[in-house]
Amino acid sequence: MAIRAEHLNYLYGAGTVYEQYALKDVSFQIQDGEFIGLIGHTGSGKSTLIQHLNGLLRAESGALYYNNENIYQDGYDMRGLRSKVGLVFQYPEHQLFEVDVFSDVCFGPKNQGLSKAEVEQRAREALIQVGLDERFWQQSPFELSGGQKRRVAIAGVLAMQPEVLILDEPTAGLDPKGRDEILDEISALHKEKRLTIILVSHSMEDVARYADRLLVMNRGEKLFDGPPKEVFSHYRELEAIGLAAPQITYIVQDLRRHGVPIAEDITTVEEARDEILRLLG
Amino acid sequence: MIRDITLGQYYPVDSVIHRLDPRTKLFGTLVFIVSLFLADNLAAYAVATLFLAVVIRLSHVPVSFIVRGLKAIVVILLISVSFNMFLTPGTVLFQLGFLKLTWEGLKIAGFMALRLIYLVIGSSVMTLTTTPNELTDGLEKSLGFLNKVGVPVHEVSMMMSIALRFIPILVEETDKIMKAQMARGADFETGNLIQKAKSMVPLLVPLFISAFRRATDLAMAMEARCYHGGVGRTKMKPLKYARQDRIGYLVYAVYFAAVLAVRAVL
Repeated sequence: MAIRAEHLNYLYGAGTVYEQYALKDVSFQIQDGEFIGLIGHTGSGKSTLIQHLNGLLRAESGALYYNNENIYQDGYDMRGLRSKVGLVFQYPEHQLFEVDVFSDVCFGPKNQGLSKAEVEQRAREALIQVGLDERFWQQSPFELSGGQKRRVAIAGVLAMQPEVLILDEPTAGLDPKGRDEILDEISALHKEKRLTIILVSHSMEDVARYADRLLVMNRGEKLFDGPPKEVFSHYRELEAIGLAAPQITYIVQDLRRHGVPIAEDITTVEEARDEILRLLG
Repeated sequence: MIRDITLGQYYPVDSVIHRLDPRTKLFGTLVFIVSLFLADNLAAYAVATLFLAVVIRLSHVPVSFIVRGLKAIVVILLISVSFNMFLTPGTVLFQLGFLKLTWEGLKIAGFMALRLIYLVIGSSVMTLTTTPNELTDGLEKSLGFLNKVGVPVHEVSMMMSIALRFIPILVEETDKIMKAQMARGADFETGNLIQKAKSMVPLLVPLFISAFRRATDLAMAMEARCYHGGVGRTKMKPLKYARQDRIGYLVYAVYFAAVLAVRAVL
């Protein structure tokens, strides 16, 4: 089992007037090789939660286990944890700093203390995995487009060869084509490299399509935890906390209201297409 | 981690002191500082203590919060107190090698310490009860007369408020960048001075780039709203003295007279 969280609590601004719960009694388990979608309204505690998973934030109370080892025990190797649980932040601008793309991707593995040959080998592999064309490798990362920067940022973490890859809204601000490409590459990493993926997203369509299981956060608490179909069957509750089900689910609900005997638990366009074709015979 | 630093620390509660016009508070702080330098006996300090205690009480800011601000001057305080204690000539109370603790030295050091502590407390009461924007507004209005001798008061105060506004943003940005680099195994804590300086590069490059980007964005947004400097510019909330400000000025006058009187009499 990769990650187990037990009763995590985290306060922002402890001891000041601005004190506020960011995580409240959050417990969950994530198995090796799962693809988790983490959804929630802005300020629901998603970002705080993922920063706990690689030890950047430390819970006030509660326990967090990685491969059955308590990461809060004395002498736990936090830097080791960070190379096993790779976290890609939302804005690539926050991590790109080198003169060219290739050296930037080398930063992570270099920090792991690997040999120069190994570092470069890993950087090459990572850049190929994210599908960044070789002609960009020697360019300054600041001259790239948004989608390309995002790829460099993901490659920078992949080059450390993590077992778990956490991505904080990797598709924010991308055009539909760039979004699909990035998500397909993440999905390929999950399928081919058996990486455990945690995808933070605002798009219900994206998580419905890719995730095996969804975690829904609201005001620092875990509200739902289950397969997308089950979670999206609570779409009324999701609307109440500023989320929604995928649009296709609403269309299916409307069809059912109009007497079409379509299956209820449809969350992706492909499923709806197959179901409608089946009905049409 | 870095978020814990409180800069430009405003304490958001509602109180009489918070509601005072920033000019009143600026002037009051000035009066208080001058009075501290005039006060030279215990009775005068008693008056100052009373004044400060009443103001703090009225401000609803917890004393512990104010005292925290003193941490910054502990070193200066220790140095100046010990210099004064041992290096002032006079009646020797106690001798340790070439160091002579004198009665006069003790007295001067005591007053010096009080003066420094009160200076810091007095000015932090002002910053704790006044938002940075109010403060620059107050300064701009109070120093408006400098316009006549060619000082661009409005521009300077605009720069000040922008700078103050950007401190928390950049602090937060630094926090995010540090985390993003730590997630890639960066180490900001261990190592010698040169290694530490080198480890700052992955932090400073993104920070500078983001600061420049924000600055150009802001300049563009200001120009898009036809900002062209201070000439002919009016305010949405012009500063206006109210009854409490007149009372404030009256209190200052009484306080200042009291300090002067105590000083003259004793």
